[in-house]
Amino acid sequence: MAHAVPWNAGRAAEMIAVHAATAGAMLPILHDLQHEFGCVPEEATQLIAQALNLTRAEVHGVISFYHDFRRTPPGRHVLRLCRAEACQAMGGAALAARLLARLGVEWGETTADGAWTVEPVYCLGLCACAPAALLDGAPIGRLDQDALNRTMTEMAGS
Amino acid sequence: MTRIFVPGDVAALAVGAEAVARALASEIAARGLAVTIVRTGSRGLLWLEPLIEVETPSGRIGYANVTAGDVAGLLEAGLLTGAPHRLRVGRPEEIPFLAAQTRVTFARCGLIDPRSLEDFRAHDGYRGLARALELGPERIVAEVTQSGLRGRGGAGFPAGIKWRTVREAEPGQKYIVCNADEGDSGTFADRMIMEGDPFALIEGMTIAGLAVGATRGFIYSRSEYPHANAAMEDTLSSARRAGMLGADVMGAGFAFDIELRVAAGAYVCGEETALLESLEGKRGVVRAKPPLPAHHGLFGRPTVVNNLLTLATVPAILAQGAAAYEKFGVGRSRGTMPVQLAGNVRHGGIFEAGFGMTLSELVMDIGGGTASGRPVRAVQAGGPLGAYFPPSLFDTPYDYEAFAARDGLLGHGGLVVFDDSVDMAEMARFAMEFCAIESCGKCTPCRIGAVRGTEVIGRIVAGENVDENIALLEDLCATMKFGSLCALGGFTPLPVLSALRHYPEDFHRAAQSASAA
Repeated sequence: MAHAVPWNAGRAAEMIAVHAATAGAMLPILHDLQHEFGCVPEEATQLIAQALNLTRAEVHGVISFYHDFRRTPPGRHVLRLCRAEACQAMGGAALAARLLARLGVEWGETTADGAWTVEPVYCLGLCACAPAALLDGAPIGRLDQDALNRTMTEMAGS
Repeated sequence: MTRIFVPGDVAALAVGAEAVARALASEIAARGLAVTIVRTGSRGLLWLEPLIEVETPSGRIGYANVTAGDVAGLLEAGLLTGAPHRLRVGRPEEIPFLAAQTRVTFARCGLIDPRSLEDFRAHDGYRGLARALELGPERIVAEVTQSGLRGRGGAGFPAGIKWRTVREAEPGQKYIVCNADEGDSGTFADRMIMEGDPFALIEGMTIAGLAVGATRGFIYSRSEYPHANAAMEDTLSSARRAGMLGADVMGAGFAFDIELRVAAGAYVCGEETALLESLEGKRGVVRAKPPLPAHHGLFGRPTVVNNLLTLATVPAILAQGAAAYEKFGVGRSRGTMPVQLAGNVRHGGIFEAGFGMTLSELVMDIGGGTASGRPVRAVQAGGPLGAYFPPSLFDTPYDYEAFAARDGLLGHGGLVVFDDSVDMAEMARFAMEFCAIESCGKCTPCRIGAVRGTEVIGRIVAGENVDENIALLEDLCATMKFGSLCALGGFTPLPVLSALRHYPEDFHRAAQSASAA
């Protein structure tokens, strides 16, 4: 998540304008904003509403409907851990419970030192090499708790 | 120049394929060898990944579960000539898991360089579109109808009939929408095609566009699939550059182009009308049907919404003829299905075969039972909305009607295997919880029912008034099944009731231990 930059309304307006003429522009806009800023902050709602000629309520409704969009920036690293059935069949739930307890967070929360955000995900399509996760976008299959702990400890400092 | 094939499929990357490719490249450079590394999709033998292959005069020879640390030793043992090594598995085609398959949709996956149009053409690519151009729209639709191809997303609606409806709908702008919102746990076939044979999807959508008179297509993929999306976007650009998409496709005088759109983590958007709402930039709320998307779809226009596997199978049907496809399968389930073996299974991966094999053959013989080595206790067929099957029902043939007759569904072809450590009451509770998390909120049975269902199962497993609460749960499931607008609320009762029916002991455990105490 190293690429995320602080919120900048001017930059956001430019990014929104790129898509404004696209049919059904909302999701491409929201993805772009989150990619740039790590989240879609409250300030974005008004900008999008103006550009797409929608009410703020409509824009808020879309942002809040989809699980992907965060309203605040995540930690320095994001672990998206699969909670779906195939990963459960390989001990995913117990692994997740131990990990969350070790980090002292609930699903979707960020650790106190700002290093890790742990998000639930329902299926990464890695169901034949479960349990699976995306660690800053990099796929990990056949998740091993000790190896994961080591990797996360190494990464926490960066 | 010897060629070594290393999968770039994300499932292979997740178990170290990238490190293997890097180690190979540096060892090859250090030794000054004349070797090209080709990145492919995956063969679908996922328990063997990373599975690398080397091209030899006697065919491609595979080496399985390779790690970066194995690379130097492999080269010294004679990897380039396919020499013996403890990781050598011989010709992949002769591995029983692959030898027993009938590959139509997955014929090229893992074999070719997915980014290469030349390689695609060299393996029968664009033969389907060439024949489609000869046939013309009316006969394309007839061919797809005759093949018996049904929607591979789960509903199983005949593809040819859907296409005919859109073809005969009012003239003007029409759309082809590929549903690649593969949210079912235990499924990964769409993803593997996007990563391993993306041109097949482009060809299939182009044929659909030609058949119904649509000039624009959308692929609605998942944000959970960043690698597949990158592969697809790259391939769409290549196809445009080569004139296979655009104002004059193949110089044949018709226009068709495709745009990739990425979803945002809402499972319900795999439902076709919620998907259309999402593509339009709205909340993914289900629409009441009718009107059908075929008449009133994307932006209110006639729209074909097909699953990715349906569309990716069309080129082979056109190239080889409907009769060749129709001869596979049983009853009204014609052709082949890429079954996805997942979860706690020894041999996980893609197994494409004609409909009609039994669950036992698929799970026990092909899948080899559990990965943990413990007895199989349950198989969930068809994703989070699919029923749990106990081994006593493993004689069920894998076809749409046989599964429906046993209160199950094929869904998108996923089979998730569980061993005897699974708590089926917990799986039933999870099914309700998942529905509550993912409900779009439009209809009450799903929105409220799933929340109440989670609570009721919680009371049952806590041992509170178990019999009364089970009766309440069954009643609630009937309300959800018959009262919900779409499959999310309508089919969540399948995993819940199948768990209750086949594993009642798991629901009575707390009550029993309380009375024993």
